[in-house]
Amino acid sequence: MHPSEDSMLQPSGRRVVVDAGDLTALFEALRGQGYTVVGPTVRDGAIVVAELASARELPFGWGVEADAGRYRLRQRPDTAAFGHSAGPQSWKSVLHPARARLWSADRATGSVEAGEAAEPPRYALLGVRPCDVRAVGILDQVLAGGRQADPVYRGRRDGAFIIAVECTEPGATCFCASMSCGPGVESGFDLAMTELADADGHRFVVRVGTPAGAVVLADVPSRAADDATVRRASTAVEEAADHMGRAMPTQGLPRLLADSRESPHWDDVASRCLTCGNCTMVCPTCFCTTTEDVTDLTGDHAERWRVWDSCYSLDFSYLHGGSVRTSGQSRYRQWITHKLGTWHEQFGSSGCVGCGRCIAWCPVGIDITQEVSALADLLDAATAHDDENGGGERR
Amino acid sequence: MTGQETATATSALAEPSAAVPCFYRVASRQEDTGDTVTLELTEPDGPVPAFAPVPAFAPGQFAMLTAFGVGEVPISVSGLGDSGGGRARRLQHTLRAVGAVTRALCAVQPGGLIGVRGPFGVGWDVASAAGRDLVIVAGGIGLAPLRPVVLAALADRSRYRRIVLLVGARTPADLLYGGEFDRWRRDGVEVAVTVDQADSGWNGEVGLVTALIKPAGLAPGDSVAFICGPDIMMRVTADALAALGIPPSQIRVSLERNMRCGAAWCGHCQLGPLLVCRDGPVVGYDRAAALMRVREL
Amino acid sequence: MTDTVAARLAAHSFFAALTDDQRAALAEDGAAVTFTPGQRLFDEGGIADCFWLIEDGGIALDLRVPGRGDQIIETLGAGTVLGWSWLHPPYRWHFGAVARVATNAIEFEAPSVRRRCDADPAFGYAALRLFTPIITERLQATRLRLLDLYATAAQVRQREVQQADT
Repeated sequence: MHPSEDSMLQPSGRRVVVDAGDLTALFEALRGQGYTVVGPTVRDGAIVVAELASARELPFGWGVEADAGRYRLRQRPDTAAFGHSAGPQSWKSVLHPARARLWSADRATGSVEAGEAAEPPRYALLGVRPCDVRAVGILDQVLAGGRQADPVYRGRRDGAFIIAVECTEPGATCFCASMSCGPGVESGFDLAMTELADADGHRFVVRVGTPAGAVVLADVPSRAADDATVRRASTAVEEAADHMGRAMPTQGLPRLLADSRESPHWDDVASRCLTCGNCTMVCPTCFCTTTEDVTDLTGDHAERWRVWDSCYSLDFSYLHGGSVRTSGQSRYRQWITHKLGTWHEQFGSSGCVGCGRCIAWCPVGIDITQEVSALADLLDAATAHDDENGGGERR
Repeated sequence: MTGQETATATSALAEPSAAVPCFYRVASRQEDTGDTVTLELTEPDGPVPAFAPVPAFAPGQFAMLTAFGVGEVPISVSGLGDSGGGRARRLQHTLRAVGAVTRALCAVQPGGLIGVRGPFGVGWDVASAAGRDLVIVAGGIGLAPLRPVVLAALADRSRYRRIVLLVGARTPADLLYGGEFDRWRRDGVEVAVTVDQADSGWNGEVGLVTALIKPAGLAPGDSVAFICGPDIMMRVTADALAALGIPPSQIRVSLERNMRCGAAWCGHCQLGPLLVCRDGPVVGYDRAAALMRVREL
Repeated sequence: MTDTVAARLAAHSFFAALTDDQRAALAEDGAAVTFTPGQRLFDEGGIADCFWLIEDGGIALDLRVPGRGDQIIETLGAGTVLGWSWLHPPYRWHFGAVARVATNAIEFEAPSVRRRCDADPAFGYAALRLFTPIITERLQATRLRLLDLYATAAQVRQREVQQADT
């Protein structure tokens, strides 16, 4: 079938069905196009993001029990491969790697080489949840939407192929519906799949998002999707929106956080927060990095490496012999205010996609949705008190 | 290693990357005070393949300077340099040795290499003060990023009314560019200097730099202020000028925060909603005042 | 003579909070004076029986420190008021003062102003309210200088080490 001849495979919103057994063909089609496939797999008691050699490595039949400060794998009653959430890694591990060489320079020969040691491979990201699709869009804005694009991100992002997988079974820590980026997805993908694993078989309803997606799908066995199957898939996604584990009140968050700078609540969080930075590591939009310059023994060859950093680390805000943010209160305040508040002013959207990873992976189970509620309640109480006492100056 | 060392950017990428430094040569090195050095950087001599000078810097902008093999720090330009063809052919930076990288940069001798990335940041925008009085208040090393304001205004003297420069330093030995003050006075700058602590040879003013404001007899409605120095000095000075009647939006401060990239990718330089490398370092006091007051922001 | 002094007082924003009558009364205790460069106004420990409005020029406050000579504490310029030791007993100067350059000032006779304050509480309160802002401003400036903000972290650490050793 030639893609241009088959209108079903154009980005038109028409759907086809691919059997789970034909995921192997998808892998071959992707590799045929020169992609390295990256997707979920079980490792070390969790579902992580890794390079996959074959479809067999997908986590068929694995789900998770996730809650505040809790993540366990569990056996699913079905063979679904994408029925899990809140894993400890996100796609930023691929697009915005934890370690990357920015340049190397040689004083003796007088040359400076830019970029990573080798051309990065072109990655096919298989199994990107809608929250993570939005997260990639957010990283696009942060790292490639400014005056200068981050070269490492741009190099990997430009070559990336995205296969989104919609959610039909949100996790206990999920709140993508509140953040308006799930459980369904409309754009930002080359292919989008909705997984159905029920009495009628294990299959995927697939939509094409781009011509590149159509090219790959052309080499995968598929059949036209009948109306009933399409309805079943879309209903599952719609109903998922009503079963979110949590909800985030998004109205007026930037204002709430700006007004809460002197809230007594930060002391409360600080009594719990370990400033371990787990939340920043698992968050799909946290992007902070730092650089390390290294040399060889001669001192004539130098390299600059960029590595992940976290606003929780004590010297993140180092200035003039000390750090600006030394207390736990100030560092937690910085993270949540940035993620939900100042991100809007800096990058034009919220920084949060409601994936719930930070809630699951916080060792003490701090819940970002609850912290926002607490701040809102305190501010309401303070405002009411001020009104009673003839008005006060709200800083 | 013999002869002149060179380092050039032969970029593997299609376009020059903002992440890769261009290695300039140190043309001259002057020790200003015990721990401060002014370096003049120029393009390397001879046809060095693929060396491309970075774009020209405006007053108030900063470069990320690399000490080879040690690291990188943000340093504002302290002079106008040479911006032929819109490129930075010559750059001037005043550095204070406070850490490993700045110590290494201060130690580079003429002929040595320093990596330059930039220009980054929002500058002082001196031209926008045309027709008004410039009130320039410098505390300590803060005079370095402000020197280009003085030089830019003098280069186009008739465009501005009064140019008032108020300088505060710790001791007379810590005064920067003291040798230029008389020439600036001759060229039309009103220069007043004070120190926190006098020594036996000092015949000038002693006291906080804000004490120089009232005697200057400013016209608040027609002034634009440019302030640079330690955070508290900037706040106290800005408050004093605002109390005189200069609108906070006409008072510009130069903020400083930890920077690892200069290009709004690394997230380090945030002050509330501001990314100091992108939305600053020069910010109007109407925006900065509330942020500067919050503890540990 | 007092009319001229009253007019000169009116020209300075420092006295703006006084009523015209109060300013006229104060002017009666004032007289124009001139100091030549290097002329000493008073010594530390001397009787504080006047205060000055500096109109132009400059005064240096100093302290005699054995082994270090005369240390300049602070300089005062045009539009500032010099001297507040006259406000409270024992009416003695805490520092010395010397003219750095040719200086014109209005000199006020302190005992007379004090008598006026005692006789007319409203005047006394208004006069005190003129001076307390300068005192707080100078105190704040001095505190900030004590913080040694221009110092680098290394200099601050060095000073702390030296202090620990002494």
